[in-house]
Amino acid sequence: MRAGNIMKTHKHILLNLVAVVLALAWLVPLVWMIGTAFTEGSYTMSLIPHTRPTFENLRYVWNAVPFGRYYMNTMIVVAGTFSVQFVTVTMAAYALAVLKFKGEKLMFIIIFIQLIIPNDVLISPNYMTLGDLGLTDTKLGIMIPFFGSAFGIFLLRQMFKTIPAALSEAAVIDGCNTFQVITNIYVPSSRAAYISFGLVSISYHWNNFLWPLIVTNSTENRTLTVGLALFAKSKEAVMQWANVCAATFIISMPLVIAFFIFQKKFINSFISSGIK
Amino acid sequence: MKTTLTRGYAVRLSRGMKTNLKAWILLAPSLVFLLTFTVFPILRSFFLGLTQYEFGMRSPEFIGLENYINFAKSALFWKIMGNTLYFSFLTVLPSMVIGLGLAMIVNTKIHGVGFIRTSFFYPVIMPMIAIASIWMFIYMAESGMLDQLLMAVGLKAMNVLSYRETVIPAMSFMYVWKEAGYLMIFFLSGLQNISGELYEAATIDGASPFTMFRKITLPLLGPTLLFVSTIALTNSVKLVDHIVIMTEGGPNNGSTMLLYHIYQQGFAWFDQAKASALTVVMLVIMLAIAMIQFVNADSRIHYN
Repeated sequence: MRAGNIMKTHKHILLNLVAVVLALAWLVPLVWMIGTAFTEGSYTMSLIPHTRPTFENLRYVWNAVPFGRYYMNTMIVVAGTFSVQFVTVTMAAYALAVLKFKGEKLMFIIIFIQLIIPNDVLISPNYMTLGDLGLTDTKLGIMIPFFGSAFGIFLLRQMFKTIPAALSEAAVIDGCNTFQVITNIYVPSSRAAYISFGLVSISYHWNNFLWPLIVTNSTENRTLTVGLALFAKSKEAVMQWANVCAATFIISMPLVIAFFIFQKKFINSFISSGIK
Repeated sequence: MKTTLTRGYAVRLSRGMKTNLKAWILLAPSLVFLLTFTVFPILRSFFLGLTQYEFGMRSPEFIGLENYINFAKSALFWKIMGNTLYFSFLTVLPSMVIGLGLAMIVNTKIHGVGFIRTSFFYPVIMPMIAIASIWMFIYMAESGMLDQLLMAVGLKAMNVLSYRETVIPAMSFMYVWKEAGYLMIFFLSGLQNISGELYEAATIDGASPFTMFRKITLPLLGPTLLFVSTIALTNSVKLVDHIVIMTEGGPNNGSTMLLYHIYQQGFAWFDQAKASALTVVMLVIMLAIAMIQFVNADSRIHYN
């Protein structure tokens, strides 16, 4: 019996060791990126910084590339997309969760199509549509294909379905109209679903690259990912890993830091992002 | 009497109509955007795929299935399809196996679970562009971390991104590292739904951990496995950001994937008809992946 327990403890320690070693291995690229971003540029690579920490790379990159502008643009795109999604998704989710109406099936089919065919693969025809609308090289052009969100509608519809009808019926008797029922009852009771949807939407649009690359053509509208790609591919960046790491640090840190602080919320939100 | 009846009917009907109207007004904004940027572009791709519409042409010209016939005859097209398939082959199963392994580690009561889970998951919330920029330096010829390591132990530098044989495996390795943490969280929530009593009973019966994994964990994770495999497949097929940074499809189209080729056709070579026809190919693949799940959904066995 005791021998068995000791075996168990040994196994436990071994598993724990494996887990920690794996976790550390997973961190190598991040540690190297941060270390290099704050180390003087050099032609040999090393995992452990070998010079005194310096802000020179960050300063250089910040001045060489209009990252301030790109930050602004990215925040406008991310916030703008989510704000509009918030409204469209809430309205649609209420209709699909609460009301019985003709053509419900048709709406579900349209929503399913977007779940199956993500916007990412429709870059070519959507760019033509953007041209027809005169929205190429605009921030609105980056955002507009995402204003309708099948994922958001599904997530909130699920949430809205759990809210007892008696609650809204009482509100109607008290004289609330549909708009008031939604804003006073449904939205406040669904905070968790909105946080999930918000985190997924924000992460997606902060990180999105191909579509903003195609749509934008000027500094005024480029986002951070596009800015980083342009810099990483430019002549100044060849072999300059300290600078590229500094640029990478600049564009990915806000989300990474937010994730380290709110990791449980992020992970729970991303679990809901698998909706199919 | 008769009038009241008609009236009652009229009121009821109009109430139903009112609900219909209300519902569609609420759906209208989503509907407009979903139709314009999901349904319409699908139809447009099907139509333009049947035409010739090169840079400089005023309007598309109907040519039937010629684009598709040309693809079927083109070595480049098949190479790209092969690359896409090869990349999926090298990423989907490994990232699922590792993701499940990570989930099982994180699901135990070991020390520092929070830290471990965080370090497996953080690559998920980093932009692919940033990850490709970092891994670019790991894979870079001679001065990169990998080649430095190889040379330090007396081997030859491999310069993995410059050779047809190694470029996709190298990209796959990077992507598995990024994706495993994402798949981990689905497996984790699947594992947490399996009752601990099953394992306790099996332990009392003297089952080995391997038997328990095969007889309890895997069958009960069935639906999760299916669902995760469709996510992993979809994600791997539509991944292109890293190609822009690392290889631009090279060497000699050795790392060109389908979506990257759509991007090349449409935005480097300005051939919207070919880009549309390729988009149709992509749509068919997406539909096929979705079908896997729908077909299996009917025959799916629900435990618990």
